[in-house]
Amino acid sequence: MKEHWQIFSKGLIAENPIFILALSLCPALAVTTTVINGLTMGLTVTFVITTNNVVVSIVRKWVNPKVRVPVYITSIATIVTVAQLVLQAYFPVLYKAMGIYLALVVVFAIILARAEVFASKNGVWKSFLDGFGMGCGFTLAMLTIAVIRELFGAGTILGVPIFGAGYEPMLMMILPPGAFILIGYLVAACKTWNAKQEEKARLAELKAGKEA
Amino acid sequence: MGEYLTLFIGAVVVNNFVLTKFLGLCIFFGISKNLSASVGMGMAVTSVMTMSSILAWIVYFFVLEPLGLTFLTTIVFVVLTASFVQLLELVIKKQAPALYNMWGIYLLLIATNCIVLAVPLLNVESNYSLLKSIVFAIGSGLGFAVAIILMASLREKLVYANVPKPLQGIGIAFILAGMLSLAFLGFAGML
Repeated sequence: MKEHWQIFSKGLIAENPIFILALSLCPALAVTTTVINGLTMGLTVTFVITTNNVVVSIVRKWVNPKVRVPVYITSIATIVTVAQLVLQAYFPVLYKAMGIYLALVVVFAIILARAEVFASKNGVWKSFLDGFGMGCGFTLAMLTIAVIRELFGAGTILGVPIFGAGYEPMLMMILPPGAFILIGYLVAACKTWNAKQEEKARLAELKAGKEA
Repeated sequence: MGEYLTLFIGAVVVNNFVLTKFLGLCIFFGISKNLSASVGMGMAVTSVMTMSSILAWIVYFFVLEPLGLTFLTTIVFVVLTASFVQLLELVIKKQAPALYNMWGIYLLLIATNCIVLAVPLLNVESNYSLLKSIVFAIGSGLGFAVAIILMASLREKLVYANVPKPLQGIGIAFILAGMLSLAFLGFAGML
């Protein structure tokens, strides 16, 4: 049980696809102007990465290692197409807002990386957990960025005004430069937090060593 | 003529792919540590993007559309661009080893990259003619090259700067990209 929890939870913070691994950044900047767009992209990627991990772990025994990358890419592209068609049919407004970035989910490095690093070597259940955890971590990062950008750039969250009528929106947060600068600072914050955790772990180890 | 010029300038500076559309960020941040590598990458991306745009345009308007298979566009384009880049790599390796030594490594990196996939997709989405697609692809590629070369020159200066520890590496690179992007916003009123 504990092992399974670890497989799932490492994607949330310790190996967060965006802040720590710095993979798949294009969508993190492009569609996070509003919370709802960020959430849609996050859920789509979670769906694609989880399904693809399951598919890859099922077929891993029959795929010749020499052709594995084309096989994975075809599988990812098929799943993305399914997601595209579903969004187009049921949520046309969101589909429009995602624009080209939805099709580009195909080439997100994080999806191919999980297939290659994890799903091609592990069973179905573990691969499912790994994909789902990474997807959740991705969604979490997208939400963090989107909440900050929408809050300061428009003064709202999910369209609900937060700061009241007198708030003068910081337009830059919604424009591209704001996204770059914000991510720079978020990456720095994540790094500081990780360094603190490591320092703590080191101190605890030292202490344990003294007592022993 | 004016129409093509507008499209070209638009793709190079006003709608710069890296700085306003966030495409190709992985290679943008990965390669821009080194100026000469950035020049090579910019050239490689421009040429690959132009060629794969032509290929994708032909496949879309002569195969996918007549057969009513446009919902397969994503799958077909991914496979098309990835296999085209692999093929190009093989040909260059065999025919021009000197060129391969210079560019080979970049070709592998752009095989499955969002910028190389995005341009053919945008071309067919906006229903451009073949000539327009080529102009758009060259413009986008040059825009990428301009952005990555500027970024690399800035980052080479950064080596001598005293950057706070948490911001070192990718953090300060993002903030620099933000400043560049802010500068490129100034072109917005041009068209």
